[in-house]
Amino acid sequence: MMDLTNITKSYEMGNQVVHALRGVNMHVDEGEYVAIMGPSGSGKSTLMNIIGCLDVPTAGTYMLDGIDVSDMSDNDQARIRNQRIGFVFQQFNLLPRTSALKQVSLPLMYAGVPRSERNARAKESLTIVGLGDRTHHKPDELSGGQQQRVAVARALAVNPNIILADEPTGALDTKTGEELMEIFDQLHDDGITIVMITHDREVAERARRIVTLRDGLIVSDEQINHQKEVAS
Amino acid sequence: MNLTESFLTALDSLRANTLRSVLTMLGVIIGVGAVIGLVSIGNGVQQSVTADFEALGSNLLTIFTDRDNSGGYPSLTLGDVDALADPLNAPSISEVAASINRQQLVTWGNGEYNTSIVGVTANYLVVNNLTEFLAGDGLYQPDIDTAARVAVIGQEVATELFGEEFPVGQEIKIGDINYEVIGVLEEQGQAPGSNPDETVYIPITTAQQRLGVERTRRGEKAVDTITAVAASDEVIDAATEELTEVLRERHDIIFADEDDFRILSNASILDTIGNVLGLLTVFLGAIAGISLVVGGIGIMNIMLVSVTERTREIGIRKAIGALKRDILTQFLLESIVLSLVGGGIGIGLGYLISYLAEQFGDIPTFVSPQSIGLATGISITIGIVFGIFPAWRAASLRPIEALRYE
Ligand SMILES: Nc1ncnc2c1ncn2[C@@H]1O[C@H](COP(=O)(O)OP(=O)(O)OP(=O)(O)O)[C@@H](O)[C@H]1O
Ligand SMILES: [Mg+2]
Repeated sequence: MMDLTNITKSYEMGNQVVHALRGVNMHVDEGEYVAIMGPSGSGKSTLMNIIGCLDVPTAGTYMLDGIDVSDMSDNDQARIRNQRIGFVFQQFNLLPRTSALKQVSLPLMYAGVPRSERNARAKESLTIVGLGDRTHHKPDELSGGQQQRVAVARALAVNPNIILADEPTGALDTKTGEELMEIFDQLHDDGITIVMITHDREVAERARRIVTLRDGLIVSDEQINHQKEVAS
Repeated sequence: MNLTESFLTALDSLRANTLRSVLTMLGVIIGVGAVIGLVSIGNGVQQSVTADFEALGSNLLTIFTDRDNSGGYPSLTLGDVDALADPLNAPSISEVAASINRQQLVTWGNGEYNTSIVGVTANYLVVNNLTEFLAGDGLYQPDIDTAARVAVIGQEVATELFGEEFPVGQEIKIGDINYEVIGVLEEQGQAPGSNPDETVYIPITTAQQRLGVERTRRGEKAVDTITAVAASDEVIDAATEELTEVLRERHDIIFADEDDFRILSNASILDTIGNVLGLLTVFLGAIAGISLVVGGIGIMNIMLVSVTERTREIGIRKAIGALKRDILTQFLLESIVLSLVGGGIGIGLGYLISYLAEQFGDIPTFVSPQSIGLATGISITIGIVFGIFPAWRAASLRPIEALRYE
């Protein structure tokens, strides 16, 4: 479903050019669970932002379901972000002073879901991440783990078929990180495509495939066989 | 996303950020309130002074001696008054009154009061709209003809001298002479150029006999002022010409010489005063305009200061699927709501300032629709422009740039 061909991304910083991606080729099938690893500055976030239509590559083509994203208008890209993709950021990126229920119903509002239905679905999403009893809490009234779960609930609200997560456990302790990973496992079982950046090898091994970046290039791409691990 | 949704989103956002909303609104409130309040004071003063003069009658013409051209002698006499009162001489003039003005000590019992004594012709009080009496009556022609020692006193004179006593029928002393009080005027309030409440009116003939009289070059008894009433507002100019002609002829002024008198028309005074007061309103308006600018900068500041947080907010909204149009509509509505509510409260504040100035500052005020329109228009424009401009800038960024914005 995702086809990246020769993707490059460079930033001009004054008279200096930073090459964040130097020609990435990658294919992700529907339902895959991919972890992206690599040292800091290797271009992981840059790649994910391009996959999520939050940013555009300098060169190369990105086909999503056979359609070239660079051919799409801003509004079309916004609709894709809205309906097909759910984002989970390391820094949560919740709206300040806004209740969990409102945060989660926001993408539904932009999707044009009527108000009455919105609240029910937002509540449902929050229940899935275990926050059914925290609907009226604002970000500063929630722990980091709870905030990240609100962000996941928000990502799930429109029933996207892709979840993109940039170090979702980065700001969480081991235990809450583990809880989040269980939710991701569940989403994977439900057939949702997941691409997740992580520094943590243990977290990465929850995925079925680990792609490693270094200096803007993919240096390894390995499949993980969970059946084998369970057996041994 | 439809308009209702955008509107509810805008309200949500305003409610979620109460402090920011209130601060933004404060700018609008102060701007609008100050403009309306200050301009209302300027307008009020202008209207009230204008009304004072109009109450005097804009068709009043006042004639004084011009001593520069009369060899230092007074030039006006009761003979002039009679000549002007003749419709054959001056058809555009309907009434002519004369007066003599002196400052003297008035006493009654142990009370004394230093004030102006005005000797007047019988029609003077009527011409000057002094026709309401607390007690007694005015002066009549027989009083003038007989140089009667009678006096009509202003309300303030009555209180100063008599306190609780009933003045009419009492004898007051001006200099060494006794006068019978025959009338007390109702309170008039300060009028431009004179204060009837603090004046004692006596027959002009009596004044000429008793208060000492100046004489003209020819030795006739003089009067200080002649007041002529033009038959209507339209004939003021004609009346002025007739006046000049009659007086020049009577004073034997030859072709090339200057008039030995001056004519002041209330209409022209009114014009001058109107100009000065108009300037005052402009001045207050300028001060108010400055508050509007300050208020506007306040709105601008708070809008720009919140831009970091709001840029991230816009990034988040875009990341989860908001279209640029959704963002702009939301911010536009937020600005409109803030500006309108702020503007509404500002109008209230303007009325409050105007009310307080009137109640406690004793300053007449008038809230003009133009000042409301101008103040609200400008504030709302500023609020909307600076509300939407940062939003437009942020909404034009790629989502990732907005999310990264520090
Ligand atoms: N907006 C930007 N302007 C300039 N340079 C940028 C920008 N964004 C990223 N870069 C540069 O691109 C390179 C890749 O950045 P990226 O954020 O993708 O790294 P990363 O692999 O996600 O690192 P980390 O693990 O620390 O998050 C870095 O060298 C970074 O400095
Ligand atoms: Mg990163």
